[in-house]
Amino acid sequence: MEELSLHVLDIAQNSILAHAARIVIRVEEDPENDRLTIDIEDDGAGMKEEEVRWALDPFSTSRPGKRVGLGLPLFGEAARSAGGGFEVRSRLGRGTTVRAWFVYSHPDRQPLGRMTDTLLALIASRPDVDLRYEHVRPDGEFILDTSDLKRELGDRPITDPEILSALRRALNAALE
Amino acid sequence: MADGERKKLTVKDLEALREKAREATSLREGGARAKVTVHMGTCGIASGARDIMRAVLEEMEAKRPKDVIVTTSGCAGLCSREPMATVEILDKPPVKYVDLTEEKMRRIFDEHVLQGRIVNEYALAVGSETTH
Repeated sequence: MEELSLHVLDIAQNSILAHAARIVIRVEEDPENDRLTIDIEDDGAGMKEEEVRWALDPFSTSRPGKRVGLGLPLFGEAARSAGGGFEVRSRLGRGTTVRAWFVYSHPDRQPLGRMTDTLLALIASRPDVDLRYEHVRPDGEFILDTSDLKRELGDRPITDPEILSALRRALNAALE
Repeated sequence: MADGERKKLTVKDLEALREKAREATSLREGGARAKVTVHMGTCGIASGARDIMRAVLEEMEAKRPKDVIVTTSGCAGLCSREPMATVEILDKPPVKYVDLTEEKMRRIFDEHVLQGRIVNEYALAVGSETTH
């Protein structure tokens, strides 16, 4: 994937498939320590240790009812190629956290890319899942929490095209 | 959960929740006439599914249909034909579209989703589809 935001979208799909009610995505840009960290945390089904190993193995075959694929290995590879690392922590019945870190200035570190497109795709297609996005940069922190947004909207669905459009504009402004 | 309280969520609980969520995104329950499902597996995303989704959302915003649901599904196992999207009109069999571009998706939205005419040249098959 050419952008890290595409990996984020991919990993978040795993969370959705694991029946997560809430997904937290956290991006921390720390150029001073030459580090970029991305966390994707969900409260979905979680995995046993052996399932985590299956999930990380690009050559494992999918089993009925289980979802394994190339997403995690690819993300891990992206992190390693950029001098970083990768960790999946999971507890059965509680959820999973995927953490990837990168050397910020590494020539092979992909750009974050269009995170707005990733967030909009998730919010629009899964209004039943709460999404919290935290983006930390040297100049400050940006937080979007759709559970707060939904509460404020009341009866109006978050998938209302006007709302999504406004959200897109707000995210673009905040994240550019 | 309260301190000290431990609830173990069983697989059965999750299946029940999934069925509930599935009903809510079904055409009848959601009060919708049409459903667009963009395939969002790893292969789809690598091939441009996010742009296809964006095209769908832009069409939704431009045309403002009141009775269309947009959702995603996982990998359909046909990775060489990604990006793909399925259009399901109430009481009609779902139609899977393959090798999509934003342009094709916009045409499919206009002709099939809004006007009910299948765009045969972009379609793979007519069959069943489930969201996860």
